[in-house]
Amino acid sequence: MAAETEIRPFRLDVPEDAIADLRRRVAAVRWPSPELVKDRAQGVQLATLQELSRHWMAGYDWRACEAKLNALPQFKTEIDGLDVHFIHVKSPHADALPLIITHGWPGSVIEMLEVIGPLTDPTAHGGRAEDAFDLVLPSLPGYGFSAEPGETGWDPGRIARAWAELMRRLGYTRYVAQGGDQGAAVTDAMGGQAPPGLAGIHLNFLRQALGGVTGLPADSEEERAALGAINTFRTSGSGYFLEQATRPQTIGYALLDSPVALAAWMLDHDTDSYYKISRAFTTDQPAGNLTRDHVLDNITLYWLTGTGASAARSYWEGGQAAAHAAGQAPPQVTLPVSFSAFPGEIFPAPRSWVEKIYPRVIYFHQADRGGHFAAWEEPQLFSEEIRAGFRPLR
Amino acid sequence: MRPFQVEMPDEAIADLRRRVVAWRPPEREPVDDQSQGVQLATVQNLADYWASEYDWRRCEAKLNKLPQFMTSIDGLDVHFIHVRSPHRDALPLIVSHGWPGSVIEQLKIIEPLTNPAEHGGSAPDAFDVVIPSLPGYGFSGKPAATGWDPERIARAWAVLMDRLGYTRYVAQGGDWGTAITAAMGRQAPSGLAGIHVSFAQMVPLVMLGHIRNGEPAPADLPDAEKRAYGQVAFATYHRGYGVIQGTRPQTIGYSLADTPVGLAAWLLDHDTATYGHLAQLFAGQPYGAITRDDWLDNTSLYWLTNTPASAARLYWQQAVTGRNFYAPADVSLPAAVTVFPEEYVQAPRSWTEQAYHNLTYFSEASKGGHFAAWEQPQLFSEELRAAFRALR
Repeated sequence: MAAETEIRPFRLDVPEDAIADLRRRVAAVRWPSPELVKDRAQGVQLATLQELSRHWMAGYDWRACEAKLNALPQFKTEIDGLDVHFIHVKSPHADALPLIITHGWPGSVIEMLEVIGPLTDPTAHGGRAEDAFDLVLPSLPGYGFSAEPGETGWDPGRIARAWAELMRRLGYTRYVAQGGDQGAAVTDAMGGQAPPGLAGIHLNFLRQALGGVTGLPADSEEERAALGAINTFRTSGSGYFLEQATRPQTIGYALLDSPVALAAWMLDHDTDSYYKISRAFTTDQPAGNLTRDHVLDNITLYWLTGTGASAARSYWEGGQAAAHAAGQAPPQVTLPVSFSAFPGEIFPAPRSWVEKIYPRVIYFHQADRGGHFAAWEEPQLFSEEIRAGFRPLR
Repeated sequence: MRPFQVEMPDEAIADLRRRVVAWRPPEREPVDDQSQGVQLATVQNLADYWASEYDWRRCEAKLNKLPQFMTSIDGLDVHFIHVRSPHRDALPLIVSHGWPGSVIEQLKIIEPLTNPAEHGGSAPDAFDVVIPSLPGYGFSGKPAATGWDPERIARAWAVLMDRLGYTRYVAQGGDWGTAITAAMGRQAPSGLAGIHVSFAQMVPLVMLGHIRNGEPAPADLPDAEKRAYGQVAFATYHRGYGVIQGTRPQTIGYSLADTPVGLAAWLLDHDTATYGHLAQLFAGQPYGAITRDDWLDNTSLYWLTNTPASAARLYWQQAVTGRNFYAPADVSLPAAVTVFPEEYVQAPRSWTEQAYHNLTYFSEASKGGHFAAWEQPQLFSEELRAAFRALR
């Protein structure tokens, strides 16, 4: 067996002084003057971040997260010159459908931890054996425990090819793929590449609509509402997108030197998730599974792995890919596509838009609850969506 | 009006140095240029110098040799430097800085402006110079409520000049200073005789509409207008700091208050030409009159006064007004414009004449960029002398 396709077991063991250093930096935080508004109109609110820092110092325990991760089968393997970290949980059920789920920014495999049970072991989570999945959860290049690319070019297309190789290496000859946020770009690219074995994809984010809505209808109330939400995002909420797409190194210095800066930057992704996370810290009322500790697990992962800058680069890569492809239509995804629209997402994707972009939509559903980090916030509901979305492909 | 001296506590300076020494660098960018932002080597050079050779007390001493004051205007403490010329009939001049600048940018033009005879000029071209810190910047107070947009700052500046006893004066600015100066021009307070800007606000509204729609420059534009169009489009779609500060000043504020190296990187990334010079500067090359100490004086000022967040809020406030920064200044008072060759927008005369209805002076300088006064103090002073000569 060639050494470079070897799959190696992986465990984390963060040195104690890295955790002590984190706590020291949070304790020594220097605050700016407070915002001049009573909401998030100027950004992450001081009170929210101060509560977050308080909990980070006092109640939060990284070792609990470490133990949770180490209780799962984690591996690393080198693909296309890059060490890829992934969690791989096989279902106890026969004929489980292999599924690779890709996270986004500012997320990680941590977002998916609570869907592992419901997806791989459905009968223990209100489901049926026929809906079981084998689950593969990779960390994106430059995120979490995957390596940071030392060269440019790791755009969604290249990541998609790497994921197809990963599934091949795991011995899967028929599988499906799922993604939101950046993960949706990768999953869509897999759909377009149609590697042998890929039977279909599921998305919970329609990223094509964010790049300027041309050719998508704006007639129905639903469509106009989506357009309005996108305009709002582009006018006031997409600063991080532009900065990371153009100057990921510039913002990277702060993201590696100040944990509080990193936390603020990560909290400011979108209105719905911000207010949910803010409430979790200021009122101790989490939104579903989006608890204070889970949020801090994710931020702490970015901090301890020092991946603030490398994660930001994924936006630069996406921007470069889009610029080079300007004018050319991307390869159309003719594979079956399932889509779940969560109400708190940046914009509510209308069915008409999904069907315009994907010729073979086999499932579309608007969930009752959940936002951008749907799997993280509503793992049970998300799992039910995945089961339903892929049921036609069994 | 109270005299003011700078005196930062020892602990603040020690804390700054500790943080710089303890900075945790990202990995090197995977490109060989600035296409992903400020390069690691540049930040390492800057951090090394900042930690080992830089001395804030030298900056303090320099500032404290100048007449500095604090006065309360419209509920806010305004810091300013005020140097009177030894010559009679000197023309009073108020100079407004921008972002990521401060009064530090203007220090080297004080002497040539107030004492021209000893700096290649003549006594009739003398100025009294007033250099305020913008609200939320430097030693000025931080506004505790929204509303301090360029128009309000302009009104405060007119109050300041009036309070100083000036009944006839001129105003100058670049970067945010150009917006404030143009606002003064439009407000036309009774003492204001004319303005000079080193950054012209002149893109026709219909062109701004095309830029907003992401369209290329109309094919029939003359070359100079096409070039300016492209430069403004680039600034609109590639200057992340502008969008971040215009929409999320508090979010970036946490970065800029807690990590001095993070702050330094952010301030280095204003525009392509300036960054190129600064990268060279910290690698040991000259940058006009700007030294490494000068640049770090400015960065340290932002850090020690904890003003990056309040400074960023000016972008947010401008966005609230709905006025595009590049829109025509619409000034009818006598206006003078100098276009510096490395400024990130090269204003064409055609558009400038439409924006400044009484354009008395239009000059394309031979040297200088966004920080023209700082980089080329002699040339800059000569431009102001020439620009305002007709108003004497």
